[in-house]
Order: sequence, then C-alpha cells, then structure tokens
Amino acid sequence: MHTLLKFITCGSVDDGKSTLIGHMLYDAKLLFADQEKALELDSQLGSAGGSIDYSLLLDGLMAEREQGITIDVAYRYFTTDARSFIVADTPGHEEYTRNMAVGASFAELAVILADASKGILTQTRRHARICALMGIRHFVFAVNKMDLVNYSEERFNRLRKDIRILMAEFDYESVMLIPVSASCGDNIIRKSKRMPWYGGQPLLTYLENIDVGARPEETGFTMPVQRVCRPNRSFRGFQGQIESGSIAVSDTVTVLPSGEQAKVLGILDGDEAVESASAGHAVTISLGTEIDVSRGCVIHKDSRLYVSRSFQGMLLWMDGAGLTAQRSYLLKTGTQKLPCSLLRIRHKIDVNTGQEQPAENVYKNEIACCDFRTDTEFVFDTFTHNQALGSFILIDRVTHMTCACGTITRSLSGDNRLTWQNTDITRSFREQQLGQKACTIWFTGLSGAGKSTLANALEKRLAERNRHTMLLDGDNIRMGLNSNLGFSGADRTENIRRVAEVAKLMNDAGLIVLTAFISPFLADRRRAREIIGENFIEVYVNTPLDECIRRDTKGLYASASSGEIPEFTGFGSPYEVPEHPDITVDTAKDIDSCVDDQLEALREYI
Amino acid sequence: MNHLKKLEAEAIYIMREVAAECEKPVMLYSIGKDSSVMLHLALKAFYPEKPPFPFLHVNTTWKFKEMIAFRDRIAEKHGIQMLEYINQDGLAQGINPFDHGSSYTDIMKTQALKQALDHYGFTAAFGGGRRDEEKSRAKERIFSFRNPYHAWDPKNQRPEMWKLYNTEISRGESIRVFPISNWTENDIWQYIRQEQIEIVPLYFAAERPVVERDGNLIMVDDERMRLNENETPVMKKVRFRTLGCYPLTGGMESDADTLDKIIGETLSAVSSERTSRIIDSDGGAASMEKRKREGYF
Repeated sequence: MHTLLKFITCGSVDDGKSTLIGHMLYDAKLLFADQEKALELDSQLGSAGGSIDYSLLLDGLMAEREQGITIDVAYRYFTTDARSFIVADTPGHEEYTRNMAVGASFAELAVILADASKGILTQTRRHARICALMGIRHFVFAVNKMDLVNYSEERFNRLRKDIRILMAEFDYESVMLIPVSASCGDNIIRKSKRMPWYGGQPLLTYLENIDVGARPEETGFTMPVQRVCRPNRSFRGFQGQIESGSIAVSDTVTVLPSGEQAKVLGILDGDEAVESASAGHAVTISLGTEIDVSRGCVIHKDSRLYVSRSFQGMLLWMDGAGLTAQRSYLLKTGTQKLPCSLLRIRHKIDVNTGQEQPAENVYKNEIACCDFRTDTEFVFDTFTHNQALGSFILIDRVTHMTCACGTITRSLSGDNRLTWQNTDITRSFREQQLGQKACTIWFTGLSGAGKSTLANALEKRLAERNRHTMLLDGDNIRMGLNSNLGFSGADRTENIRRVAEVAKLMNDAGLIVLTAFISPFLADRRRAREIIGENFIEVYVNTPLDECIRRDTKGLYASASSGEIPEFTGFGSPYEVPEHPDITVDTAKDIDSCVDDQLEALREYI
Repeated sequence: MNHLKKLEAEAIYIMREVAAECEKPVMLYSIGKDSSVMLHLALKAFYPEKPPFPFLHVNTTWKFKEMIAFRDRIAEKHGIQMLEYINQDGLAQGINPFDHGSSYTDIMKTQALKQALDHYGFTAAFGGGRRDEEKSRAKERIFSFRNPYHAWDPKNQRPEMWKLYNTEISRGESIRVFPISNWTENDIWQYIRQEQIEIVPLYFAAERPVVERDGNLIMVDDERMRLNENETPVMKKVRFRTLGCYPLTGGMESDADTLDKIIGETLSAVSSERTSRIIDSDGGAASMEKRKREGYF
C-alpha cells in the first residue's frame, strides 16, 4: 500500500501557491475530466482571460473567486504511482495567517513559495517561522516565477543565501531548494530544459521520494484517555489513541495525575482483542485493578511527563481581541480542558528578524513566549518530546473562539505565587552591547574524554576573537555551588539542573557559556536543553571508554576499578550516548583541528 | 500503520471526542456507502459499547425502495436507534422532485434536516462529508460550526489545530462533524472491501429499468416516476456511484457487479463522483456553498 505524505503550500500572497498545485494536478493527469472541463470554462470567465488559471481548481469559496485570493485552507487529495498525497493549500495574506497555521499543524512537510523576482519577503519568513513552530521538520523552497528572471542561476543563488540565513534559526531535518515556474510548468513534474544548471529533481519527484518518517523523541508509552467505556457492570475500558511507544497485556502502567499503578488486563484495537498495540492505534485498555481513571487522565509507561500547574509556551495569537492577563481562558491539551491564565509575557518574536522583543500585549498574528498557570494540576510534556501532550489551544470562554495555539517548551515547577519581574534591560539588549549572540555549548562525554581540555581550548580561541565567554567546569562547580551534592542519580540530576540554570542566567547576561560535565543521562541533558532554551548546542566528546581508561588523567578509573568509587560513570553507572548531538568530536584528532571543526560547526551561532 | 488504518484511527478519535465532549450528538445516516462506513467506524469506536448516540435519517420520501429496506434491516441487525424524519409540511404540500426543482431539495432535505435537529435538540451531528467531493467541502473544517439558524460562515471558520478540537458552543448553536473528511472515494471503497462492510445492492451493476434524461440514466423505481411522452423505460445494466432520491440520481452503465470491479472502475474514472448528482450542478459552481451556508449538510 502507498505511503501518505501530508504537505502544505505556503508563502506570500501572489507567489503562486494555488497555481503551483493546480498545475501539478493538471500536468500529472490527476484531474477528473469534468473538473478539467470546469477549469477551462471558469478560466474563460476569470481574470486570466482565456489561458488556463490553475488557481481556480483550489479557490473554492465564492468570496475567494470574487477577490481572486485564497482565504482558507483547501485540502486536495491525489495519488501518483509512487505515493498518496494530501495537500493543504494555504492563504498568503497576513490577515488569514491563522488559516495558514491550521494547514501547518496538519502537515509533515512545507512547500514554501518564494518569488524569484521579489526575494524573501516578510510573509515568507512568517510562514517559515509558523511551520517550524507547528512542528514541521521538512522544508522545500520552491523559488517560483523563474520565467520572469530569465531562468537566472545567479538570481536563484541569491535567494539560496537568504534562505540559508533564515533557516539557521530553526530546528529542521531537511531543506531543499527547487527553481520553478508554476505558470509555465518548469521543474513541476519534469525537469526543465530552461534551467540546465539545476541538477536536482523536479518538485513532484522530490515529494514522491522524500522520507519524512517520524522521529518521535518519546519512546515510552503514553495514551491520553478520551472516554471511559462501560457497556455493563463487568467491563470498564479506557479509550484513546496511543501517542507514543507501545503497550502489551500484563504490562504495568501508571495513571497520571494520580500516579496510581495497575496491570493491563486487555487491549482492544477497535473491536479486535490484541496482545499489544503501538503508537497511532485507537485502543480500549482495561486494567486489572479498580483505580480512578477518567477523561483527561494520561496512562503511561516508562515515559517522563510533567504534572504541574504552570508552564512556558510559544504561541501564535489568532483572535481579534489581544491576550490579556486579566482574563481566564480554557486550555485544551491532549484530552484535558481546564481554566488557565497568563502569568507573564516573556517576549514577542519579530516575525521578520526572529529577534526577541519585550512586550506588554500580544495581538492577532503575533508569536510570543509566555508563561501560563492553570487552576488545577494537569499532565503535559514538551512539544519536541511528545507532540500530542505538548501542543495546546486557548479558547475564549465567552466567544468560544480558538484564540491561540501553541507548544509547551518547559514546565515551570515551584511556587506559583511568585511573579516574574520584567526588566527594561533585556537579553537582546545585552547581546547587542557585547556584539554577540549568547549561547550555551554543552560538552558531554565520559570522564577523561577531554571535555575540559577542549572547552578550554575553544574558549581561548573565542577570547582571541573578542567574544565574552564563561567556562563552567564540573569539578570547579562541585567545589563551590554544588559542594553539597554527591554522585547518586538524584544528586547528578540536581547537579545538572543547577548548572543549566546558571548557564541560562549567564546567557541572559549576554555571555557565551561553555560547560564541561559528564552529564551521563539523556533525561538530564534534555532538561538542561529545556531550561536553557534556544541556542543550546550539545557537543558529544566521543572518546571510547578504553581510551579514557588508558589516559586516566585524574587517576579516577584506577580508583573506580578498585571499587573505591561505587557509582563511577562507565563502571557502576551508565553513560547514555546522545541521540542527536549538534556536534560530535572525534578526539583521535589533535586538539587544534578539533577546535577548528567546532568553530566551523558553530559558525551560525558565534 | 498503513494509510487506511491511519484514516480509521483518525475517524475513531474524532467520534470519541464528540461523544465525550458534546451534550447531545447524533449521527446522520443517509444509507449511502459513506454512511455505511461511518456506522462501521462508530461500532468500532465505542466497542464493546453500542454507539452512545442515535442515528437520524432525513427521508424525502423519494429514496430508492431498496435503500429504505436496507436501512431498517441494518438498524435491527446492529441494535442501534434509528430515527426517521420527514418534513410533514412539505409532504402535505405535495412537494416533489418533478414540479419543484431546487426548492424540492431545499424543503425536503435542507429544511427537513434543520427541523429534525431543532426538534430533537441535537448539539452535534456527524456527517459523512469528504473533502474530495467538491470544492467548498475542500475548505470546510472537520468541526464545522452553525449558528442558531444552522448557517455556516465560511469566512470565519475556527482554527483547527493538530487534533485539538474546540467543541465549545453557545446555546442554540450546533456543530457538524465530518470524521471522514480526509478520505477519498477510493479509500472508501478499499475500506469497504477490507472490512467486508455491507452496502446497498444499488451500488452493484444489475439490470434495472431506466430512462435517459438530460444525459443521465434515471431509474424507474416506482409508479410515481413521471415519464415524458418520448420516454420508455428500458432494461440496462447500471450501477450508482452515489445514492439519493431516485428521480435525481443518475446511474452509469457498468458491468461492475463485485467490489473489485467497482474499485477498478473508480480508479480509472474520468468524472468526479458528484457529477451523477443532479442537485449539485443546478445553480452553477458555487451552488453547494450556497446551500451549505443555508444549512444543507
């Protein structure tokens, strides 16, 4: 059976989105004869004056045809020999940004159109930013209207540079640039002879072949409960869709927020009894023990979720009335719905430059980072870790409008009565003062791998370039701030949490921070990333254990093997290798070339 | 997970959300293949419980005989509650598809549906609409909101993000919910084959008495069919791609008398599904949107 690709087309108004898809369907013979005929008839009446206006295939609302613009998302379904597609064609006008976001939340890949004659516009940047915010990780930039710039390679390369700079801000897996002409059909379904300098695939071929296989970070089992099924007294099942991981009969699961545990008695996939089920399936689970489970609870196994009353999120505001601290909203995340209010607006994001700006209010079509507090505890995760439990909407309690959508970036545990004081001198102000962008370069690896040595060498090179830096080293911190901590699992976690908070403070002061800690656990490093936020760069110092033991610069391995140090990483305690480090250092090379490699990799940040 | 399993899980998720959050849901049942799929999904979604809502058939009194027989048998077989609603006022006025054209559809379908929803006070109604059917449907959300007069405002649809459906409404407002929005006609047929779902026999080609009218093959289903002077019913092997009121539903000549053959024909089809429904082309390209704004499903 075919695989399915869900994608959106977006970009500024008049960049030719509807025309592109219309032409693709027409050329690939994916239209029914009556649709084709209607299209030809409509074109004679419409604005394109006789020649086929492909956009008429998608702009289905009367108001859209009247005004010749796209107002709302249109979904189109087509199948080629290689793949099935659902495409959401989204509006380009700023006014209808929220409808574009609807399409983005649905898609796995974004085709962003850019006009070769106009370059990257504010609206193009806004759309790329919203796509990234909504969780899209695969991007295609279709550089359109190449016919208007004489199919110039030089013009294409100029856009390539702008796109590279734009994309550097986002977390993505793939970006592809394709020069096209939507109205003339160049590089849409077949390679254009008019651009011999372009060596890549035409758009449709690329879409047929790209692998967007999900890479869920959460591997534990999670299932938000949608409803309790009680057909009779003898059966009580919990219905929902598995969001991550898998579950089998007789597994022990935990129900949040209560924390009660029970054994899985049976699993129904639809109406069929199964032994196990995995992510994506709609199931009914019955448990061996009578515990309190209702809609909104989350059943999980081996996953780390938050149960808290406050969180930080990045949101897109979509309502005419702005976000205000005085109003209570309804928060919906997973299958939970509960009252929630704004704690503080941390900053807005300038859609054009990506810069953080201090803000008192958030208005329609603006993106902002905010803290929220709910009336009661609820269960959630960060969006990057678990999309279903890390995405949310806010509902206006009077108009019932969906006024914002957003992603949870971290949990704010601790005392909810505290309120954050905004300061006039912001992080970006301090960064500007120092003439640099703050970030945290987090070195992780076994003891003796060379973290401190490398961090030290890198810091020297940065100092030579007049960068303002601070190096936090494991042993040094343990002699001061963390002198009350040992090496148990809990103490190691607290050690890393404190270091992350300190690094975050120093980043806020505008400094480039380098940290050298074993930081052996994935979960701890994930939390550090969440605390520090953007510009967290994980560097994995990949020195094999044998080599570390051979070096044994501090004589610790000798003590560990004699049993003097019980929970030493690599001996009594594991080291969890980073799954997706930003940089991996191979210390078989000499130090200088290691540092050269890092500077090259860090070019976007420093 | 394959494509169909994903679509199935999505539809089940939506049905469960509505059952859990909406006060008084109902599932519209039109007896067609999409309704058969919807019913099948509802039975799966809540199993081992029966669907926790009734089914509603809005009867124009001009449906094919075989459809009504099928409806009653299926309702009994699955033990579900099947409500029937007929616009009694329209019936008393003798509104029929021959004399009243598009006002027939308005009175016996659109008005009847509104009356039925008001009569029972349903706050959410599931429909089997799919986005691949028609251009204004392609623009509609899965959760589509109606004001107290059942009107749709296409320019002001609520954002629908991820799978976080906002089901909040004020008194008098209602929601139309389309769990199979993302299915195509081909998906429907593949799923019917995979799940062995029972459908009305009219979908399979058989010898039937038809007359050719304005390029459509109309079946003479009962004695109420008015024939023009030059029309004589002839037996032809026909099947129907969609089912509705027999005088308004065009059949197609076909030998497809098994699911595999129907799927084969669907895949190589040259015209989209709704061309066989005369009601859609009545009034130009935007006629469907107009009807939907006025409350048509």
